[in-house]
Amino acid sequence: MKQEWPLWEVFIRGQHGLSHRHVGSLHASDAEHAIQNARDVYTRRKEGVSIWVVPAADITASSPDDKGSLYDPADDKVYRHPTFFDIPDDVGAM
Amino acid sequence: MSVAGLIRMGDNTLVLGQRLSEWCGHAPALEEDIALANMALDLIGQTQLWLGLAAEREGAGRTADTLAYHRDAWDFRNLLLVEQPNRDFGVTMMRQFLFDTWHLDALTALTEHDDAEIAAIAQKSVKEATYHRERSSDTVIALGDGTEESHTRMQAALDRLWPYVGEMFSTDTDDLIDMSGLRPAFYAYTDTVFAEATLTRPNTDFAHLGGKTGARHTEHLGHMLATMQVLPRNYPDATW
Repeated sequence: MKQEWPLWEVFIRGQHGLSHRHVGSLHASDAEHAIQNARDVYTRRKEGVSIWVVPAADITASSPDDKGSLYDPADDKVYRHPTFFDIPDDVGAM
Repeated sequence: MSVAGLIRMGDNTLVLGQRLSEWCGHAPALEEDIALANMALDLIGQTQLWLGLAAEREGAGRTADTLAYHRDAWDFRNLLLVEQPNRDFGVTMMRQFLFDTWHLDALTALTEHDDAEIAAIAQKSVKEATYHRERSSDTVIALGDGTEESHTRMQAALDRLWPYVGEMFSTDTDDLIDMSGLRPAFYAYTDTVFAEATLTRPNTDFAHLGGKTGARHTEHLGHMLATMQVLPRNYPDATW
C-alpha cells in the first residue's frame, strides 16, 4: 500500500489583477485538504488572495531531454522579436 | 467582575497553544506540522489579548506575561480538556475538534458582548476559530472514515476525551456568557461530523469538572507548566 499522500502543485494569486503563480508543491490526501495545507504552508505571511491546487500527476511536462529540438531553433530567429521596427518618438517609452 | 471570565478564555488558548506547540518538528507530515504550529500561534495571539485585558482590568500591575508565566497550576482556569496530553495525532485532533466546536460558538456569542473590548477580541478570534474548526472537522472525518487503524484510534480518542466535554457547558457567574446555552449547538454540529466520520458518540454525560474553577486540575497541567514557565522563572530578566 502506498503510504504517502499524493503530490499537489500550488498556485497563488498575490493580489487582485495578477495571475496565479506557481509557488511550490505539497502532499495532501485530497483537493480540499490540499487547499488547507496550501493555506497553512504558503500563505502564512499574507502572500495571497486566492489558491489553486492541481494534482502533480495531472500535469504533462515537456522533457528536459528535448530542449535542443524544442528551444534551440528559436535561437537564430531574432526577427521574431519586435526590435526591428522604428518606434516614433511620440510613442514614448514602451 | 469580568476578570475571572477573561482569565478563563485566555488560559484555554494559552494551555492549548502550548500543547499544540509540543508537536513542532514531530507531526506526521510537514504540512500538518506547520498547520499545528500556525494554530498554536493563533491561540497564543488570542491569549495575549485575553490575558492582556484581564491584567489591565485587574489593575494590580500584572501583565499578560505575568499571568502566563508566574502563576502556578492551581491558579489556572482552563478547561481540563485542553491540558490533556497530546498522545497520538488522533487524540490531538479530536481534542482540537471538540475544543474548536465549543470555542467557535462561544466566540460567536461573545462578538455580541456589551463590553466593547471583549466583543473586539472575539471578533478578531472568530475568524481564526472558524478555520480551526473547519480543519479539525475535516481531519476527524478523514481519519474516522479512513483505514481500520485510523478509525480505531479516532474512536478511542473520542471515548477518552468525551468525559471532558461536559465541563465546557458548566457555567457560573464568572463566565463572560452563559456557557450552558451552547450545548445544543455543540451536540448538533458534532453529531453531524461524527456521523460522517463513522464514529459513535459515547452514551454518557459524565463530566470531569474542576479546571475552569481551579478546584481540581489533572496531573498533566503542572508538568506542562514546568516546561512552559522554566525560562522566565529561572531568568527573570531574559528578553527575546
